[in-house]
Amino acid sequence: MTEAVLAAYHRRNRRRAVLVGVMAVAALLALLTDLMTGPSGLPLSQVWGALTGAEDISRGTRVIVWDVRLPVAVMALLVGAALAMAGAEMQTVLENPLAEPFTLGVSAAAALGAATAIVLGLTLPFLPPVWSVSVNAFLFALGALALLQLLGRLRGGGTEVLILFGIALNFAAGAFLSLLQFVSSADALQQLVFWTMGSLASANWASAAILAAVLICTLPFAFRASWQLTALRMGEDQARSYGVDVTALRRWALLRVSLLAATAVSMVGIIGFVGLAGPHIARMLVGEDHRFLLPASVLTGALVMSLASVLAKLVVPGVLLPVGLVTSLIGLPIFFALILRGRGRA
Amino acid sequence: MREGLILRDAAVRFGGRDVLKGFSLAPLKPGEVTVLAGPNGAGKSTLLKGIARLAPVAGEMILDGEALSAMPAPQRARKIGFMPQSLPSAASLSVLECVIAALRAGGAHHGPDAAEKAMAVLVRLGISHLALDALEKLSGGQRQMVSLAQATVRDPRLLLLDEPTSALDLARQVRLLSEVRRIASEGRIVLAVLHDLALAARWADRIAVLHQGRLYAEGPPAEVVTPAMLAEVYGVEARVERCSKGALTVLIDRELERS
Repeated sequence: MTEAVLAAYHRRNRRRAVLVGVMAVAALLALLTDLMTGPSGLPLSQVWGALTGAEDISRGTRVIVWDVRLPVAVMALLVGAALAMAGAEMQTVLENPLAEPFTLGVSAAAALGAATAIVLGLTLPFLPPVWSVSVNAFLFALGALALLQLLGRLRGGGTEVLILFGIALNFAAGAFLSLLQFVSSADALQQLVFWTMGSLASANWASAAILAAVLICTLPFAFRASWQLTALRMGEDQARSYGVDVTALRRWALLRVSLLAATAVSMVGIIGFVGLAGPHIARMLVGEDHRFLLPASVLTGALVMSLASVLAKLVVPGVLLPVGLVTSLIGLPIFFALILRGRGRA
Repeated sequence: MREGLILRDAAVRFGGRDVLKGFSLAPLKPGEVTVLAGPNGAGKSTLLKGIARLAPVAGEMILDGEALSAMPAPQRARKIGFMPQSLPSAASLSVLECVIAALRAGGAHHGPDAAEKAMAVLVRLGISHLALDALEKLSGGQRQMVSLAQATVRDPRLLLLDEPTSALDLARQVRLLSEVRRIASEGRIVLAVLHDLALAARWADRIAVLHQGRLYAEGPPAEVVTPAMLAEVYGVEARVERCSKGALTVLIDRELERS
């Protein structure tokens, strides 16, 4: 009996590991599909040839794949991974299934930062003007998270306080954003609207490299805290009594989340749904053992975002929709369907 | 080195005020089960939280000659098992995973045999058939048994139980308490909050009664559970009688009017 149960447990874990592997493959396939779609459709052989540096590929195709599509496609994967990872850690450490950068006002603060740069024409010293929008958005997002943590601590507060502050922040940033839109020129307004809808169009190798670096620096620490995060799912008192320093766990997790969310949002604008749905879909697939949940969330986020990037090019032929619109419009119904199905089973 | 748990002039804060102050208790010895009793708000749960270092404390708390305040958190977690009053939240984790997490999260246990160790505890508590079930699908009583498994899986020297039987049916109450007695008989120290005084009298070696943040009485059940104590501390008129087999029973007749 005991052996049978243990064998079943180990079997279940192996199946989850395989599932994570399958998701990684699916994300890579989505990347290839993303590279094949665009104003000029490219067959897989051409894309593959360009990627592997085959001789018989025209110079034009090579430029399209390497310089035009690949940075955007890679950025889609990275943004999805970063937002879903941020969502997964937030949901666990704040003990709230609705927590994610978007719902906590981090995205709105980033948008406000971007808007200040766009409307007021701010440029930062030592930086090329192209970067000032992103850097300003990053600073605002980071500031928002710092403010959230500070307020939460001042109030001696539990996680509910943090969530409520997040909601308040969302509204406040939204109000200031509207104010800026109201006073901005038509030109700036158009840029602003584009930014708040979330778009991968401005992605380039430099921004992708920065986001990749942030992911590489934060993910190992998150994975190392897997057991602590799993224990925290049982409740704070429980986790503390197992010897988990919950305060430190929360502080470091929120720092990781801040870096991931602020970097991602500052580069592509507001993208909702992925940070919320990525972890939820992953949870339905592999459960809440964070050794599997965290990688699964990262991959689900990357996969969803990559597919959204493909759809953004296909929905209206010849028009590139803002990817943030696609994730919200197409993602939400899928998300609800998943929730309802999950409820029905329980 | 003196074995056991010593509380001397201890203070525990909760919700921004000192719930317990200047609190001392005769040393708790290995092998003994001590029950903390007292009315709601007397400070029982706060005391347990203080010992487990989940609430800020002052004064002396010494376990086997070592001050708990000087102990690093992971080491403390290895020595103290705490079963909180709150049941583990409804997570999408199997029972086995929950118990493994309780073993591994504090960094006390790294080995690949964590699953075996967790499974052994489930077998001992008679809930091994639930091992692969999701926590979120269990009843309150089943989750309470899981909570005990989580508190005991690290083989703690000191076991703190906050109302461990509150969600259990009669058979499971007996199973849990006899398991607690077995754990104590291995030379461990057990301190449990129980509301049911008859249950406490049946299973405890000693009972400590808390009243308004102070120790009201402390000693063997027969000395502590008396009509006078019940009147003064709980405000009820009650009879304490021995059944034919010698066990104490408490019969509550009515609530007294407080002056």
